[in-house]
Amino acid sequence: MNGKTKAAVLTGYGINADYELEYALRASGAEARRLHIHELMDSPKMLDDFNLLAFAGGFSFGDDLGSGKVVANKFRFRLKDQMMDFVKQGKLVIGICNGFQMIAKMGLLPYADFSQKVTLSFNDSGKFEDRWVYLKMNQKSPCVFTQGIGGLMLPVRHGEGKFISDGATLKDLAAKNMVAMQYVNERDEFAGYPYNPNGSAMNIAGICNPEGNVFGLMPHPEAYNAMTNNPFWPGVRERITDWKGSGMKIFENAVSHINGKF
Amino acid sequence: MAKRIEVKFKDEIRDPRAEGLAALLREEFKAKIARAAVIEAYNIDGELSEDELRLLGSEVFSDKIVQEYSSSKPFLAEGWRIEIGYQPGVTDNVGKTAKDAIRDALNRELDVYSSMVYAIIGEVDEEACEKFGRRLANGLIQKITVRTPHSDNFEPYVPKVALAQEIRVETVKLPADEDKLEQLSKKRLLALSVREMKAIRKYVSSDSVVKARRQAGLGDELTDVELEVIAQTWSEHCKHKIFNAEIAYSEDSDSYNVDSLFKTFIRGATEMLRKPYVLSAFKDNGGIVKFNPDYDVAVKVETHNAPSALDPYGGALTGILGVNRDIIGTGMGAFPIANVDMLCFGNLNEKNVPHGVLHPKTIYEGVVSGIRDGGNKSGIPTVNGSFTFEPGFTARPIIYCGTVGLMPTEIRGRKTADKKVEPGLIAVMVGGRVGKDGIHGATFSSQQLETSIPTSVVQIGDPITQKKVLDFIIEARDELLYEAITDNGAGGLSSSIGEMAEQSNGCDIWLEAVPLKYPGLQPWEILVSESQERMTIAVKQENMERLEQIAKKHEVEITAVGKFTDSGRLHALYEGKSVAYLDLDFLHKPPRLKLTAKWKRKTFVEPNVTERDLGAVLRKLLALPNIASKEHTIRRYDHEVQGKSVIKPLMGNNAPCDAAVIRPVFESWEGLVVSHGICPKYVQDSHDMAMMAFDEAVRNALAVGAKLGYMAALDNFSWPDPVQSEKTPDGEYKLAQLVRACMAVYDCSIGYGIPLVSGKDSVKNDYYGKDGKYSIPPTLLMTVIGKIGDVRNAISSDFKGEGDAVYVLGVTREELGGSEYYRIFGGLGNDAPKISLDEVMPLYRAFSGACELRLVRSAHDISDGGLAVALAECSFPSGMGVEIDVSKIHAETQNEDALLFSESGGRFVVSVAEKNVEKFEKAMHGTKFSRCGRVRGDKRFVVRKGESVLVNEDGRDLRGIWNGVKI
Repeated sequence: MNGKTKAAVLTGYGINADYELEYALRASGAEARRLHIHELMDSPKMLDDFNLLAFAGGFSFGDDLGSGKVVANKFRFRLKDQMMDFVKQGKLVIGICNGFQMIAKMGLLPYADFSQKVTLSFNDSGKFEDRWVYLKMNQKSPCVFTQGIGGLMLPVRHGEGKFISDGATLKDLAAKNMVAMQYVNERDEFAGYPYNPNGSAMNIAGICNPEGNVFGLMPHPEAYNAMTNNPFWPGVRERITDWKGSGMKIFENAVSHINGKF
Repeated sequence: MAKRIEVKFKDEIRDPRAEGLAALLREEFKAKIARAAVIEAYNIDGELSEDELRLLGSEVFSDKIVQEYSSSKPFLAEGWRIEIGYQPGVTDNVGKTAKDAIRDALNRELDVYSSMVYAIIGEVDEEACEKFGRRLANGLIQKITVRTPHSDNFEPYVPKVALAQEIRVETVKLPADEDKLEQLSKKRLLALSVREMKAIRKYVSSDSVVKARRQAGLGDELTDVELEVIAQTWSEHCKHKIFNAEIAYSEDSDSYNVDSLFKTFIRGATEMLRKPYVLSAFKDNGGIVKFNPDYDVAVKVETHNAPSALDPYGGALTGILGVNRDIIGTGMGAFPIANVDMLCFGNLNEKNVPHGVLHPKTIYEGVVSGIRDGGNKSGIPTVNGSFTFEPGFTARPIIYCGTVGLMPTEIRGRKTADKKVEPGLIAVMVGGRVGKDGIHGATFSSQQLETSIPTSVVQIGDPITQKKVLDFIIEARDELLYEAITDNGAGGLSSSIGEMAEQSNGCDIWLEAVPLKYPGLQPWEILVSESQERMTIAVKQENMERLEQIAKKHEVEITAVGKFTDSGRLHALYEGKSVAYLDLDFLHKPPRLKLTAKWKRKTFVEPNVTERDLGAVLRKLLALPNIASKEHTIRRYDHEVQGKSVIKPLMGNNAPCDAAVIRPVFESWEGLVVSHGICPKYVQDSHDMAMMAFDEAVRNALAVGAKLGYMAALDNFSWPDPVQSEKTPDGEYKLAQLVRACMAVYDCSIGYGIPLVSGKDSVKNDYYGKDGKYSIPPTLLMTVIGKIGDVRNAISSDFKGEGDAVYVLGVTREELGGSEYYRIFGGLGNDAPKISLDEVMPLYRAFSGACELRLVRSAHDISDGGLAVALAECSFPSGMGVEIDVSKIHAETQNEDALLFSESGGRFVVSVAEKNVEKFEKAMHGTKFSRCGRVRGDKRFVVRKGESVLVNEDGRDLRGIWNGVKI
């Protein structure tokens, strides 16, 4: 692939945050294209053309039968081996919001073994909510996407974002620094609702696999592609020098990790 | 044999949906609930092995981390179980997805019917459970079954549609007698007047028509298909008969004739202004405006009032999806980039709800959920909107849904704003299948609500099917695979193909080719059904193959259902036999109405003001539903999807913003502004009400930094029936209100220099209940779209810095009539706000210039609740206080209550950094503006008049009140 980042942004079936994700990847230096899941299912060999697979957010199948579930099953029933191979090669996978729900439910996270250990379920508030949250990255995490990022503000917008798992898995996630991203308040402390917008266990906003090349998160970095996305920007207008959105660092990390590798 | 699988949260996992259910029943019914559970049921129409059931239960329908399933016995059988499933034929989105999921897992095609079971353990009985069921379901579209504790019933609920009737086309004899004609129109839900029925009778009996029909193989009487097509096409909804009527208007001694309100005041204004950036106005599904050299924007606002009154969720959802389709069907197709929704309800705590009407709270909850799903699930951000609460909307809510779309100006040299239907092109239906749902929507919306309305008029949208259709259309558009496109909305295929056929001058429609949801539909039903998620495109034969390929990829069904001709006729066939043969000239020219309008000003009761403590008044105002923070609802809508937000409904710490700013094209900093104005509360004179609505829309756009001189507006009228009749003895007055509002829209359009590019009217917003007639107040929504050269200059409403100078722009008058202030004391009063265009325009020009120079740190329009409330809204979210002296503002009154709470138009609260004060004042020179205070670093909220302190409150207390009302 000439050492370039070639990203596929999956789309179709009600996925709807694909255009901005494609833009974010391109603006970060990747070659990116939207790819319909149907196309991929029809010719799985297409996966070889890419070294970054992005599961975009949206409402695949209207969240009927549980968010992300139906797409997760499509992959489990029809593309399991190819996906495991993709991850084993060290290629990158990112799942955002509905995309995180998909890769969690297909078992691509946390261990990329297609066995489901975690889920994202109904928010404690009982409703869909759109709000910006404060996030803290785990500096010790192997996560490729969050390297070198301390804090970040991003929007969340979901009704099913509460991270749930069993005690042993949670322990392992913590021990292996797979908890890459957590909800905090403006002072970097863990806090309750609405800072943790959904009631996630351990304030988890995003996790990665032990190798760090698969990352799933509920907040939307692609929706912070310009400073003008941040709801506080008019208050600090005079101080902004670089108008690029801070969410783009996530994708720049991916691109600089891949470049030269494949 | 059907099978059933139930899915429920494991006992040890917290289920927020079950908690919500218990809370609702406790709160609304004072029910003693020990435990509640929400159970999803999948009723599968087919035989399944134990292994298959296990696979579906564990892998497909449940999430094993948090849920468990049962395929043999009911969960929580020890409790009361309320099962809610759909009536036969009602869209079941979950069922449809389940069918897809089964296909993936088992490679089998099985129909699935979804239902929900609400299980309750507690001190409740059958009667209570039935009440709960009615609260949780809508009997019009759903079936409620209550099962007593320890019933082990596990019967699958399979509401299959069974239409046994044979397919046949009836002929309809149009009787000679006028009464009988009227009865016929009523019986068949045609909504045609006697005059129209007579015109139809005359048409069908004319020699040339008889001859042509015989040649086409038809008899001398109309078929039911033809009668239905005429009724749909001539409906108020489709042909806007009142806006096209000849009206004799009189007021006092003055009288004149209006030859079409639409042509005179609406299109007339646009033609007068001749703005070069208007690419298409009033001829397509939406208006089209130039955005920049490479892109155009399409815009449309619709109402969906009647359906939302009956099924608030489905009505609002269908409203949003419908207006999205309008945009997808504008020009060669635009991609929706923003939704707006302006909603009018009765009071949420209303005690007197007319018989047969849903409670405003139920309507509100359903509508909000419908808008949430319509926007969020389609991936279109909801960027702007409002809630208006007035008792006049109790029996009939008003639901405005709007969409803005983006389209490239050209695709491979072809202008996207234009489309052309030529003879020989194939009419292709795209998307959902046709069922009995939504039959008679167009004629129904043209009638007043009555208590007995058939189920079939209600529709439920499916955002996911529509999203697939959108993805398909955009790909096909970019490959130029079709020549024209329109949506299937009101009137179904009869109207989509019928309207496109006007361009080519004819069409053949092959009704048997139309894919159906279930067999047994009559030809007329196929033609007029309003089943959702469908578009019609006109395609060259040579492009069909490629189109099929793309459709297959997106899993979208496309079908050739006819051909465009130049026969001059709409010719529908069923299995080769003619079932409709109508001249397009006749079909598209219904007889014009002749109406009378008489205006006479009414006098309204003045309130009895009993509270003199202005701080106390302010506290009361902040808790009023029209003023209190709407954060709880706004956050349920996605404002961020597509990643283009700049000014959102809430900025910073929940500052309510005046208008939306988005950045439609990632590669450019140019911004699009969307704002609106709506103020039905000023009932004193609809002329002034309309001026205020227009002014509010313009001011809201200016407040975020839109450029004056590059705006376009949309007018959406929701009116009570304005045609004088036995049922409407005050029709002449109501029509005069409509005429006056139209005159105001014209004056504003010319005065502000803002062309009208699209609009809609809904003119039968009355409810006839057992206990009388209920009419809405005349309601005009004005929507403005504008442009900002660089979104980095956009302005939000909250104060930004301690010590910043606070200005009030514009003139405050003793205009408390219809105000929120008067609402507290009961009584509308008479002096409602009026707009002087000569006065506001210089101010707006200067202000727009100051904004472009980045001299303004915050700006907010002054509207509901007056200056005091506007200041409060600017200060709470900033975490800062404010201090102003109202003796300094430009005012034509010295009354303290008017200074604080008058809702005079044309005004802003603005803050400016000290270093820019001089430049700002220079930019505003010669206009009515005054520096009257400053932003305080603490949280005090202080209003003085000279030395006397009128209000001195702790901002945190005020914020608590404003935020404390859960709307």
